[in-house]
Amino acid sequence: MSKAATLGKVIPVEFKKSMQSEWMKTFINAALLPFIGILVFLILWSAAAKNIETSLGQFPGPSAVYQQTSVLIDEHFAERKKAEAFYERQEARNQARLKVDPNYQAKVRDYTGKPTFFDQIWTSLYTVMIGFLIASVIAVPLGIACGLSEQTYAAINPLIQIFKPVSPLAWLPLVTMVVSAVYVTDDPAFSKSFLTSAFTVALCCLWPTLINTAVGVSNISQDLVNVSRVLRLGRLAHVVKIVLPSSIPMIFTGLRLSLGIGWMVLIAAEMLAQNPGLGKFVWDEFQNGSSESLARIMVAVLVIGLIGFILDRLMLLIQKSVSWDKNAILR
Amino acid sequence: MINEQKHLELSQVGIEFPTPKGPFCALTDVNLKIAKGEFISLIGHSGCGKSTVLNIVAGLYQATEGGVLLDNKEVNEPGPERAVVFQNHSLLPWLTAYQNVELAVKQVFKKRMSKSEMHDWVNHNLELVHMTHAAHKRPDEISGGMKQRVGIARALAMQPKVLLMDEPFGALDALTRAHLQDSLMEIHADLGNTVIMITHDVDEAVLLSDRIVMMTNGPSATVGEVLSVNLERPRARLALADNPQYNHYRHQVLTFLYEKQKKVETVASKKPTSNTRKSA
Repeated sequence: MSKAATLGKVIPVEFKKSMQSEWMKTFINAALLPFIGILVFLILWSAAAKNIETSLGQFPGPSAVYQQTSVLIDEHFAERKKAEAFYERQEARNQARLKVDPNYQAKVRDYTGKPTFFDQIWTSLYTVMIGFLIASVIAVPLGIACGLSEQTYAAINPLIQIFKPVSPLAWLPLVTMVVSAVYVTDDPAFSKSFLTSAFTVALCCLWPTLINTAVGVSNISQDLVNVSRVLRLGRLAHVVKIVLPSSIPMIFTGLRLSLGIGWMVLIAAEMLAQNPGLGKFVWDEFQNGSSESLARIMVAVLVIGLIGFILDRLMLLIQKSVSWDKNAILR
Repeated sequence: MINEQKHLELSQVGIEFPTPKGPFCALTDVNLKIAKGEFISLIGHSGCGKSTVLNIVAGLYQATEGGVLLDNKEVNEPGPERAVVFQNHSLLPWLTAYQNVELAVKQVFKKRMSKSEMHDWVNHNLELVHMTHAAHKRPDEISGGMKQRVGIARALAMQPKVLLMDEPFGALDALTRAHLQDSLMEIHADLGNTVIMITHDVDEAVLLSDRIVMMTNGPSATVGEVLSVNLERPRARLALADNPQYNHYRHQVLTFLYEKQKKVETVASKKPTSNTRKSA
């Protein structure tokens, strides 16, 4: 638009040409170049894969991975059918016994088949979201407190600096033991493995959000703070009306970093602790050691990457809808 | 128009800022009595502490010596009865013009006005500065002059006893500035607020003020001379251009600034960083 306006009275042919080249440029940048990048990667991958011979057979190339993807999908639906059949049989059996004996207390048992690849994806997603939520609920208010008061920051900063670089794997044994010691109920709403994974994720998700929120809040323009002081806004009103809106961009930068880290941490934690999820899927396949295992692990690797990417895009969408600055370039 | 009764009084005001090299005395012994409805301009070279004076009256800074009395009450914190129009408008960028004014109205009149009264009051103030047409635009969608108008509307909406303006038109082009000066004169004639305005512009000072307070160079800046401007109101910019009285006042201010307080840049006259931001 702006280009067209500055060109003013340029003859239509040239104008059309410039529009066309503009369109070409967007097409090349948005579709052609990424396509070429992926294509080159696939060629290199399949070439390299052919030359790597492992004890579990040839390293999987793109075609093997594609094949295993459809196998995994088929397995999922086959397992679902089995589950349905199981519940139908159970229902029929219970009805039959009720006819004979009206006082019979029907027992409903859960299907105990092994979770499919897609079940594991869902478990991982659910776990990372809960862990991330726990971390955000703690980190954002704490970050605001640190940003508002230098004293709070001085008190908390050493803890941040010490705990920030700790690997999730170091936390894992401690979290596991604490969860089994503290979470003792007869009727658990959550499984212990789920809680262990979620807390480990939360412990590692805290720091980027905390630090970025604190930086965002402490960098609020002094003029806006003065406006708030002249208006005599109360503490809460100051935070809600001035502090939060102006530090939204930094808070989201932190949240996006946190979610990325949380997703990486979760896979590692699941592998190490044998907690259900994609990490366990990878580990099980590795232990299984069939000729398809590597290809199935490769499928998981790609899916993990894809989900990480989608999670980040989702956060970006939320940021765009929450942020007041619609002109900001978000990437 | 000028009420002789004591309204705003600065007595023996001085302030020191701590620096790594020991305390830096920015202001000393500033005395000023301002009557209700008076329009005062503060003029002086960059870094002479004009903004510091304004911030002390606003309550944003605490004077280390002396103090400020408004209607016989000591000023020791910021408040809406001393509304500030900031140099760079300081509108909240995520709120529309209407919402920016509304935030102030809601805060100041939350117990005294009904919802519809507040709505009318916000609109009334936007009308005063001729901004009704852009009430629902956000600051990044309007021009610099319009932002400053909204900033003035926000300050006026607090019904301040004293309106403090920190170089309100400094960042605007000459034509826009002239427009806003005319608007400000109209509003001042209507509402009769007490106004303290910082300016760098000699014409602006003479055109708008009842008195011009000229400040000496820092460090340890203080009030140099006070010039009463006895020109008939309403003042018309064009007619005054050839008015000998007007030119005489202009000349006096210029003489003060460029002869008596000739700015000599030395390292010692530089202010500490904590204070240079606003007064630049």
